[in-house]
This record gives sequence, structure tokens and C-alpha cells, in this order.
Amino acid sequence: MASKPQSPEVRAPGGPLPDTVNPLPKKGFMGWLNKRMPVDEFIANQLTGYYAPKNFNIWYFFGSLAGLVLVMQLITGIFLTMFYKPGEMTAFDSVEFIMREVDHGWLIRYLHSTGASAFFIVVYLHMFRALLYGSYKAPRELLWLLGMAVYLALMAEAFMGYVLPWGNMSFWGAQVIVNLFGTIPAIGPPLVEWIRGDYGIADATLNRFFSLHVVAIPLGLLLLVLLHLVALRRTGSNNPDGIEIKEKLDNNGKPLDGIPFHPYYTVKDVVGVGVFFVLFAIVVFFVPTFGGLFLEGPNFDQANPMSTPEHIAPVWYFTPYYAILRAVPDQRLGALLMGIAVVSFFFLPWLDRSPVKSMRYRGPISRIMLGVFVVSFIALGYLGLQPAEGLYVVLARIFAVGYFAYFWTMWWYSRPSVDPVKPVPDRVVFNAH
Amino acid sequence: MRTNRMRTAGRYMLAGVVELVLITVASALLGTVHAAEDAGAAKAEEGKPALGANWKSSQANTNVADKASLQRGARNFANYCLGCHSLKYERWSRLGQDLEIPPEVLEKSLLPPGDKPANYILTTMPAADAETWFGKTPPDLSLMARSRGKDYLYQFLTTFYADPTRPTGANNLRLPATAMPAVLSELEGVKHAVFNKDGEFEHFDLVAPGRLTQAEYEGFVRDTVNFLDYVGEPTQGARRALGVWVVLFLLVFTWLAWLMKKEYWKDVH
Repeated sequence: MASKPQSPEVRAPGGPLPDTVNPLPKKGFMGWLNKRMPVDEFIANQLTGYYAPKNFNIWYFFGSLAGLVLVMQLITGIFLTMFYKPGEMTAFDSVEFIMREVDHGWLIRYLHSTGASAFFIVVYLHMFRALLYGSYKAPRELLWLLGMAVYLALMAEAFMGYVLPWGNMSFWGAQVIVNLFGTIPAIGPPLVEWIRGDYGIADATLNRFFSLHVVAIPLGLLLLVLLHLVALRRTGSNNPDGIEIKEKLDNNGKPLDGIPFHPYYTVKDVVGVGVFFVLFAIVVFFVPTFGGLFLEGPNFDQANPMSTPEHIAPVWYFTPYYAILRAVPDQRLGALLMGIAVVSFFFLPWLDRSPVKSMRYRGPISRIMLGVFVVSFIALGYLGLQPAEGLYVVLARIFAVGYFAYFWTMWWYSRPSVDPVKPVPDRVVFNAH
Repeated sequence: MRTNRMRTAGRYMLAGVVELVLITVASALLGTVHAAEDAGAAKAEEGKPALGANWKSSQANTNVADKASLQRGARNFANYCLGCHSLKYERWSRLGQDLEIPPEVLEKSLLPPGDKPANYILTTMPAADAETWFGKTPPDLSLMARSRGKDYLYQFLTTFYADPTRPTGANNLRLPATAMPAVLSELEGVKHAVFNKDGEFEHFDLVAPGRLTQAEYEGFVRDTVNFLDYVGEPTQGARRALGVWVVLFLLVFTWLAWLMKKEYWKDVH
């Protein structure tokens, strides 16, 4: 165990393997295995020899947490699929059967329904981290685009999953969202019919959404998450100072400000997992409906085409976009703006012209605009849950302007001539214990 | 200076957890205080004639852990609701088990003649007849407490009043023009609604007392709503009981993980 590294084949992104990495075993089962499969080499390359900046703060927990929630959704989803029966005559009853008669079915279902909201919470915080420290900027544009693709897939996954319990809000939410595609000129109406497989949201729609929710989109999600991680391995993580740690190497060629991902960040992420699970368990066991935000009251009524819920609103994680949709008097324009609101994120790497990544070293305008964006996003999320009338619509319009201003005036305000930057230090800011 | 950004972050997280626990405890205590205040307010109002004046803010104030209340609620349901309404997701045997009703008692006093304990709780009224008689089939009540909320049910069952313009002779403040007749009027009595000249509701006048006093009737409704809350999610007791242990375990786990992290990170300078 204590001998020197032996395999010259192992390549760590920061240079040759550090002494802390175990040499590849030649004997025993692991020796046998390693001759046939690069197990230890993989671990050495991806974990013990993969260097991450040592100055990660609390914002850096949410990537691993998103992965954790993904795995949890897959596992609970597998068990739900064993008992759930798609179809307009069976879906609602089978969910209640899971809640009441399947052993610990209520737990599996609440883990899955709370997991959906938790997924968006951690993903939104993960995305905010990227905005805060400029993680979308070169050389991480592709990493950002792949992450955004994950987000789009997640939205589709969550929307279709929400339809499956076949509650009345599932039904009417699906009605509203699918009809948005009908606003596309010319191909809209036939497209909507093609998506639904019927003249209304019906049995055919429910069954295809089930198929997409449990097979197609999860496969796509896994592939995109894998690509997201592969891209991350090429560039390495950004950090709160927005400094490339690869530019300052020691004599062995490893980053001066980097530490091996394993064990340092694995043990640290376990703490994050613990804190997350405590909060998650409090919701699952004590407030699983979260006051109607995670599971809505009207969804305990079976889907009924003859009875519209008082206020149709999507689940909270879509309400910022829903508020933008309803803020515009013209439905087609509203749907277009809603689409642009989502797609705007994709353009960030090219809208941002600041030479500096992190907000720590940017001027006041960039910081204020990020604040405007966060406030607008949360306010729109609240307004999307309220009825679209009176003051609510006026406020939604104001905050929609704030939302779009963050993205589409960035080309101007992010230039150092407009928003002067501060000098960036050579090395990351880190105070050891 | 041996300050550290990461340690601070960790402390924030731990502080957050502690804070959450404190908030939970504090809100539970506050809830008790509020409940006591409400009870006091209700007592003070007993002398007043303004019956039902505050119906919009009246709350069910039920406790699903109160087995005696649930048993009374089940009895009320079997006697007064089951004639028209089903609980199609709940079995008689499940009800007996969860509410700690011995099988003999269940069969003797709750189970309709000829029904089996393993059966779901279904009304014997034919749906087609119901539609002819009431204009619509009385809804299944299994999930009513979850979809409408307990307070809604409490307000619905306490705001029936006589209205000769309705086919059933009764109307309701919570659900105006309801198809449901005032089936509980033999218990609570017959009430007239008094509206002001703008057509806004002011209060009820009790014109014919029923078999129960107002306070007894409110207790009757409370038990029934409590029972429907249980039926809405029969596993909620098990959920909370398990949750306490899961959260305690996770707190210990997180603390150990934190110690391990601290140990490893001693090397990082």
C-alpha cells in the first residue's frame, strides 16, 4: 500500500498521480478485476486524482444533492410503478391504493412527490450558484448548456409526472400547458392533438405521459447528467473567486489551490446530504402537502372535465413562468415570452461580457441586476399562484420586466467600462482551520 | 486568525436545523395558546345571540390522535352519513383496527346488516335513485377532508339554514345552493338566516331547537370532521410516529458526518 505509484497510464487532469493515491493492485480479486476493467484507474482519475478548488462554500453542495435526488426519484419511482395503473379509470384509484393499502406505500409516494419539489429547489440553488460566480462563462459554456438541457428535461419529467395521479388539478394543468403549444402559428392545433392523442386530455394522453415519464425522459435525463459530468471533468469546477486553479500548479503539476475530490469533498458532501435529509424528512413526515404547495387540495378530487378548479395554477416550480404567461394580454405573445424566459438562460455565456467571473470582483451594477433577477423570480413565483387579476397582473408585468432586464441588458451592463471590476487575486481566498 | 469560511457555513447549517426544531416547538406551543384563547372566546360568546356570525373564521380544531373522538365520529358517520355517502377507499376492518374498535363491537354497532368487515364502506343507496332524488349523486367522502380541508367541512356542517326557495327546503352558507338537505336538523334544530338590507349574512336565529345544545352539536360536527380527516389519510398517525425517529437518526448521522469532515479537513491549509 505504501509503495510508489506504478502505473504511468493513469492520467489526472492536474498532472501525474499524487503520492496519496494507492498503487494499482496486481494480485487478488482487485488485480484480476483491474486487468479486465479500469476500476482503480477510474477511481484514481475521477475521484482521488480529480482536483477541485479548496474554497467551495455552501453553494457547492447542490450539485451532488441534485444527483442524490435523481437517484431517490428513480428508486421510489420504480416502486410506485409496481402499483400505479395508468388509465383514466384506474390511475386515481391506484394512487389511493398505494396511499392506503400498499405496505409503506404512503412513504414511497410522499418521498416521490416531495422529491419532485426538492429536485427543483436544489436545481434552482445550483443554477443561482452559477449566476453568482459566473460558472457559465468560458471555458464552461458547454457545461452550462448541458446543465440547462438537464433542467428542460426535468421540467418535462415533472409536468408529465404531475398528470399521472389524475387529480382534477393534474387534468386542468395539463389542459392549460398542452394548449400552449396550440398558440404556435399554423401547426399549433394539429400539434396539440398529436401530443394529446385525442381531442381532449384523455386516457391516451395519460398513458403516453406515463410511458414518457418512466422510460423516455429518465433515460434522457441520465444521459444528459452523464454528459454534464463529463464536461465538468474537462474544465474542472469553478469556485467562489472565479479563478482557474489549473493556472497555478506546484512542482508535481497539481493545482496549488486544489484538493482531491475524494476524500475531501466526498466527506464534505455527506454532511450536506445529512442536512438535506433532515429538512427533507421533516417535510415528508410532518408536512407532506406543504400547505398545498407540494400536493394541492384540488388534486385529491379525481379528474373531472365537467368541473374546473377555482384557480388553475401549476406546481410552485413552474409558477414564475406561468405568471409571465398571464401577465401578457395576448395569449400567443404570452406563450412566446414564457418560452423566451426559459430559453434566456441558454444565452448567458455570450450575453455576459465581463472579464471577471465571480460577483465578488464585479461592480455594483452586476450585483444589483442579479438581485433584481432573484427578487423578480421569487415574486413571479408567488404571483403565479395568485388569481390573474387587478394588482397581481400589474406586479407580474413589473417583475417580468425585471426578469428579462437581467438577461437582455447584460450585454451592455456587464462591460467593465460600464461596471468597473475589482482586481482578482492570484490565488483563491481560503482560511484554513 | 483561525477563522474559516467553511466552518462558518457548517455552523449556519447546524444553526438552521436547531432553529427549525425550535420553530416547530415554538409554533406547537403557540398553537396550544391560540387554541386556549379560541376556547375562551367561544365561551365568552355563548351569552350572545349572534349565532354563526363568525362562521367564516370558525375552525375544526380537531385532533386525529384522539381515538375516542374518532370512534364517536365513526358512529356519527354510520348513523347520519352512510345512508347516502360512501368511503370507497376505506375498509370496515381497517377502520376497526385503526380506531381500536373490537371486531364484535364493529360488527354489532357499525357494520350494516349483511356487510362483511373486509368490504369497503359503501352506501346502499343506488346511485341512479340518488340522482333522481337530489339531482346529483352524493359525493364519496374518502378524500373530502384532503381536497376541501377540515375547516371547510366544519363550516359546511354548521351553516345549514331553512330556505323555502330551495327544493330541499335548506340552504348553506359555505356551499350556497347545495343539493344536500339539512339532514342533521333533528340534532342541531332549525335555523333561520338573518341578512342585512345589502343581502349580507348577519347571524342565525334558532327557530326550533334540536335534540342537542349548540355546544353539543359543535362537538358532534368536530368528531365527524375528525373522523373524515382520519379517513382522508389513514396512515397519518404512523407517518408522524415514524418521522420522529427518522429525523432523530438523521440528526445523529449528520453530526457524525460533520465530525468526520472536520477530521479530514485538518489536512487542508
